Amino acid sequence: MSVPLLRIEHLGKHFGERAVLRDVSMTVDQGETIAIIGPSGSGKTTLLRCINQLEQPTSGAVYLRETPIGFRMTAQGMKKPLTTRELARQRHEIGFVFQRFNLFPHLTALDNVAIGPTRVLGLNRRDAQKRAKEQLERVSLGEHTSKRPNELSGGQQQRVAIARALAMEPKLILFDEPTSALDPELVKEVLDVIANLAEQGMTMIVVTHEMRFAEHVASRVLFMDQGCIVEEGPPKEIFRAPRIDRTRQFLSHLLYS
Amino acid sequence: MIDWKAIEVALPLLAKGSLMTLRVSVAAGLFACLLGITLGLLSLTKNEVMPRIVTGYVDFIRGTPLLIQIFLVFFALPALGIRFDEIWAGTIALGLNGAGYVAEIVRGVVGSVERGQREAALAIGMVESQILVYILLPQSIRAMLPPLTNELITLLKSSSLLSVISVYELTRAGQAVISIYFAPFEIYALIAIYYYVIVKVLSTLSRWVERRLPAW
Repeated sequence: MSVPLLRIEHLGKHFGERAVLRDVSMTVDQGETIAIIGPSGSGKTTLLRCINQLEQPTSGAVYLRETPIGFRMTAQGMKKPLTTRELARQRHEIGFVFQRFNLFPHLTALDNVAIGPTRVLGLNRRDAQKRAKEQLERVSLGEHTSKRPNELSGGQQQRVAIARALAMEPKLILFDEPTSALDPELVKEVLDVIANLAEQGMTMIVVTHEMRFAEHVASRVLFMDQGCIVEEGPPKEIFRAPRIDRTRQFLSHLLYS
Repeated sequence: MIDWKAIEVALPLLAKGSLMTLRVSVAAGLFACLLGITLGLLSLTKNEVMPRIVTGYVDFIRGTPLLIQIFLVFFALPALGIRFDEIWAGTIALGLNGAGYVAEIVRGVVGSVERGQREAALAIGMVESQILVYILLPQSIRAMLPPLTNELITLLKSSSLLSVISVYELTRAGQAVISIYFAPFEIYALIAIYYYVIVKVLSTLSRWVERRLPAW
């Protein structure tokens, strides 16, 4: 049995007294597309943010190919936090796509994508721009490379953000409700891009409220509630025949019927 | 009666003084911006020590009179064996003073860039210093320009204090004319007009630049 790409072990996160994540454990294999669904406040976003250490977990650990993220074990068996420089090296192996895109407004689409390869990976300007162009073409934005974010629609901006993550050649991409901030008619173009990546074998975790997308694209669906993974399984099982009452209840509230 | 003779004599002398005022202010302004931006960015790092040093520095600058700071550089430093002529001492004192205020401006504006920008940069593996220089600072320039202009104007007007360590700038030049012709009304009014024109040019220039900076 090969090692999983990502392993999460007893992850917990408290904000003060409030426990947002309680003892979450899961693994993700190479090439899987995981959809995480659940009511708001269930800890989905916090889970994603803990994976690439935008949020520091209170307890537990995350391993990428069995390398702990954000800390190393000392000879005495203690967790020692990594320096910010070491952590940055780990972070660029994990792409992150934000709900509100978070593009750099002062840079063109091309430079938004190229800045990581230039400044972080140390590519020269020409190679970085070539790579950026390729990734923008991959998300069907080859004609918009010289536009600034404020000249692009929400859907286009989110696709630039996906290209920006792809340009770092990550082992895994995390999507935090990538279509929640979009006008309804722009949702599909973004989901199509993600579905395409899934077909190409990119490993992804997608927090989403788009149930049809989760059903058709995900290889596995996780339902979270109150900081725990309540149920997980193949999409057909979760959506057609959930075993847990809470899951059934959540899904029944989604549909207008 | 207005003493036209005094005015006639004063016009070219004040112009010469203005040149010195400009020279000192430009040099001190550049120094203040360079040091101030550096200090401001350092105060935003997650470093344990640097932000505290900057806070202490800003606190000292704000908490003591500029005149005393000028005296410290001109009269007190020589006691420690560091000696500048009055022009350099004045420029350095003004620059150090301006840097404290510029640091506060930078800290305020750069620090208020939306949090998502920092997170997006962290997510592609950037480190603190890269985020400040390539992501947050460029986005702040337009917002920083008006308060920075204010600070430069203050600095230029404060350069009149250098007259007390006998830098031959605009104020000092005027006082020299007054001591000979004894026409304080004419000359001080003239000095005020000279300052006003210089400041006006500066603020107009800044507004022109601001309009040409891209807004996002």
